[in-house]
Amino acid sequence: MRYLPHTEQEIAEMLQAVGAEHLNDLFSTIPDSCCTLQQLDLPDPLTEWELNEHMSGLAASMAVAPEAKVFLGAGSYDHYTPAAAVQLLSRGEFVTAYTPYQPEVSQGTLQAIYEYQTLVTRLLGMDVANASMYDGASALAEALLMAVRVTRRKKVAVSEAVHPLYRRVVNTYFHPTEFEVVEVPYGKDGRTDLSRIGSLEEMAAVAVQSPNFFGCIEDLQAVSERVHTDAKTLFIVGFTEPLAYGLLKSPGGHGADIACGEGQSLGIPRSFGGPGLGMFAAKMTYVRQMPGRLIGQTMDKDGRRAFVLTLATREQHIRREKATSNICSNQGLCATASAIYMASLGGTGIRGLARLNYDKAEYLKTAFHDAGLAVAFGSPTFNEFVIRFPEGSEQTYRRLLEKNIVAGLPLVRYYPNLKDHYLLCVTETASKEDMDTLVREVAS
Amino acid sequence: MNDTVGTNGLIFNEPLLWEKGAPGRTGFSMPRRDVEPAALDETLAGDGPDFPDLSEVDVVRHYVRLSQWNFSVDSGMYPLGSCTMKYNPKTNERQASLPGFAGAHPLLPEELAQGALQLMFELQEYLARITGMDAVSLQPAAGAHGELTGMLILHAHHAKQGRPRSKILIPDTAHGTNPASASLCGFHSVAIRSNEKGVLDPAVVAEAMDEDTAGIMVTNPNTLGLFEENIREVAEIVHGKGGLVYADGANMNAVMGVVNMADSGVDVLHLNLHKTFSTPHGGGGPGAGPVCVTRELEPYLPIPRVALGEDGRYRFSEDHPDSVGKMHAFHGNFGILVRAYSYIRSMGGHLKKASQLAVLNANYIKEKLKGTYHLPYDRPCMHECVFTDKNQQAHKISTLDIAKRLMEYGFHPPTIYFPLVVHGAIMIEPTETECKADVDRFVEAMKAIAEEARTQPDLLTEAPRIPKVRRLDEVTAARKPCLSG
Amino acid sequence: MKEISELQLPEDVRYAEDHEWAKSQGDVLRVGISDYAQDQLGDIVFVELPQAGDRLKKGDEFGTVESVKAVSELFMPVSGEITAVNGALEDAPELVNTAPYSDGWMIDVKPDDPSELDALMDRDAYLDMLKGSEQ
Repeated sequence: MRYLPHTEQEIAEMLQAVGAEHLNDLFSTIPDSCCTLQQLDLPDPLTEWELNEHMSGLAASMAVAPEAKVFLGAGSYDHYTPAAAVQLLSRGEFVTAYTPYQPEVSQGTLQAIYEYQTLVTRLLGMDVANASMYDGASALAEALLMAVRVTRRKKVAVSEAVHPLYRRVVNTYFHPTEFEVVEVPYGKDGRTDLSRIGSLEEMAAVAVQSPNFFGCIEDLQAVSERVHTDAKTLFIVGFTEPLAYGLLKSPGGHGADIACGEGQSLGIPRSFGGPGLGMFAAKMTYVRQMPGRLIGQTMDKDGRRAFVLTLATREQHIRREKATSNICSNQGLCATASAIYMASLGGTGIRGLARLNYDKAEYLKTAFHDAGLAVAFGSPTFNEFVIRFPEGSEQTYRRLLEKNIVAGLPLVRYYPNLKDHYLLCVTETASKEDMDTLVREVAS
Repeated sequence: MNDTVGTNGLIFNEPLLWEKGAPGRTGFSMPRRDVEPAALDETLAGDGPDFPDLSEVDVVRHYVRLSQWNFSVDSGMYPLGSCTMKYNPKTNERQASLPGFAGAHPLLPEELAQGALQLMFELQEYLARITGMDAVSLQPAAGAHGELTGMLILHAHHAKQGRPRSKILIPDTAHGTNPASASLCGFHSVAIRSNEKGVLDPAVVAEAMDEDTAGIMVTNPNTLGLFEENIREVAEIVHGKGGLVYADGANMNAVMGVVNMADSGVDVLHLNLHKTFSTPHGGGGPGAGPVCVTRELEPYLPIPRVALGEDGRYRFSEDHPDSVGKMHAFHGNFGILVRAYSYIRSMGGHLKKASQLAVLNANYIKEKLKGTYHLPYDRPCMHECVFTDKNQQAHKISTLDIAKRLMEYGFHPPTIYFPLVVHGAIMIEPTETECKADVDRFVEAMKAIAEEARTQPDLLTEAPRIPKVRRLDEVTAARKPCLSG
Repeated sequence: MKEISELQLPEDVRYAEDHEWAKSQGDVLRVGISDYAQDQLGDIVFVELPQAGDRLKKGDEFGTVESVKAVSELFMPVSGEITAVNGALEDAPELVNTAPYSDGWMIDVKPDDPSELDALMDRDAYLDMLKGSEQ
């Protein structure tokens, strides 16, 4: 086996050095009752050639571009990643390093993540960003728990226009606690209905997502003003498509106390939903209540600029049961990927790309409207929007699947009142031709 | 021993991203515009982020230079205890980057995602067979996420019995994630001290275990590198009071094909695919922390679960009313699952050999360094061994100094100052992918350092001098945090 | 780290088992941590203190003190109301290291029962305790 370098001769020498006769003798401290009796019941090892063939076969059954036209967003987006970014990310020095506990020999990871933190603060308009969370969903759950710690209140409010799968994760995290999650309905315009937020007196936080699950851009200024009518309640802005902030005013610009969400769209492959990137940023006032790792700038003993994990006393390996989170491994390499992607785009590039994404989606939305289909919500959108298909939409949807077109996400599964409603997404990778075909097929 | 195994070669300085570039440069090929600009509500528009404009060459050199400041498994031996820094096979990267996997949307209709579902279903099956457990969820994104899932399962189980419990037993050798995960579920941690042999004493567990205690979290093999030989008795005590046994499988690399976790009394176990199953650590993640349970606890596993229908089609199944719920927005870190699956398919039954050789390497190092360094528990170890700086203290040399000097010999330092129960711990996990020659070089380096501690302590206290930077001012970093530029 | 003989242990303060000191200043007690405690912790990077007006009992946690890689809890040496906290520590936590008994003080407490001060150790008793724990 090519990953096991020991020769029989070496094994014999090493066994002798440790005073054992057989490899099995090394396990003498394990009681018989704990030992497995059978051989490992696994398929025979594959050669690299066989593995390639097997894996390519499995992968071939998946519907992906360019053969399939997939108009799905809903928290996972198809953007083009420059070849340079892909190549850089494959460097073994980044890929096969551990968490940078020994800073002298980890400056590459440390500077890369410090730069990531900085780019995130600039994108979101926040003071401080951590080194990443698992995904957008757990980032939101941790943000809500952080708000509970900061305010010592026991209730949090989450908009129903937040990604329904994120809300399910939030409920999982909150279920064993004494804290309560209340949901705020959305209005006819597809935005969170501010009139339904209710009393903030006992509310630790109000969380909305923008662009929200329906693609609608929330009126963050109005939400912020409403939430901040209570001096203690924190305003949390979530997101699944951070590219939007190349075009839109940032969460921080609207007074968000915490901004968190999924960063997959910034140069990370969709990979069937993971690994993605939980982005997490906050106002500096709350830094000591933040979950996750933080990297800070300092100097070495010769006065050179250097970077190191810092404020670690918040974390589980020091504060144990009183830590701000249990997170240890995060999504470091994905954070590095997104930093490389953001660096490749640059300030000029991200504005241009965000605008192009907006324009493509507007084109498709208008085309559906012109073809006589109803755009469900009137609010401005980014990259995705909801269309009401003609009755019998399920047949239409299935007919298109057979043509290798995935015509968005049927919403009825997540919102039973939204029968025949489909969430459609396009990015810069969708051509006008493909969009025209989609409209023609759905309308026919 | 040549003390310049590591040399400093040519290390480039490199500024921060925003100290480079010039406005108007780009490293991105903007797609051709085939639609007209649309109107935008200007009240929503912002200025866009203050990112530097860089060329593709700027970006490439920047990250290549940064990468060269890292020590990695691909560069050399990385004996970081409890982290299982084994070689990360390159073919795994190839498989994960196949367009069918890397480009797949997580909410594809099931019939268009059969390959991914099959892979997940089979991986669940393989992990169950390797551990001896009955059912598996691949959703948790990391070890601590798996621990949280496990604690939620304990919580749900006791709630279902109508007897919620408030405490959890955790040995003093545990990783900090254990108590932190437990407290997220509202469990109060009760520390259990290990005995003079470095393992759990059933009598101590019996004294602490009661009917308000949800169970015990045991890392087995434990963080001293020792097998918890009393695990069966401990499990009987815990089960006797209606509790459950949670095993932290961070150290599973020692016992693949050797231990049947279910037979040893374990009810819930998490694995770290980024340790035992060779997926790379990525400078801190992403990992994956699947959770394995007994048949009795299967109803509580996260949803959706991956199932095989009678029609031979794979599907996601949501209909599990007792489930703890959803842990991840989608299906966990699928790309990591692909890598682990590739590894298992490449290794097959050789996984047992991998564990045997991991344990052989660790015992070999233990025997070779015993005496030179103080060995607090002189017993056969599993995949790692724990020394201390006690023998070096007379020369005012600490574990930290030893670790820093080791860098200059071309090795990543071991885990230091953990587990907390050993003062000045040096925790060495060589893994099975280091050959005897490299293990011997490591032993020689450690011996040479012990000699230097006696004769030239400055070499240690001033170390390291060769890497990009020397020891850092961590105090200023914490007192005056500078967390973004 | 300092030898016991090198520690500054003033005569005019009283010491608690958890290494806090307390000293009478008019009708309030000033509280901090001893030279031994700051030396054990090493470079202090952050001090978390309660708010003036908080009422705490003897033995309650009134804050935490952090070094780079450790957190220690601070315990009330007497019961009472917090009347003031040392705001200077927010920007200069190192004062606890450099001047543990003067500029590095932490809180002023209006004690519920001023005689509780007498229950704390004097210098000699505290020194004996430290010597005992060294063995």
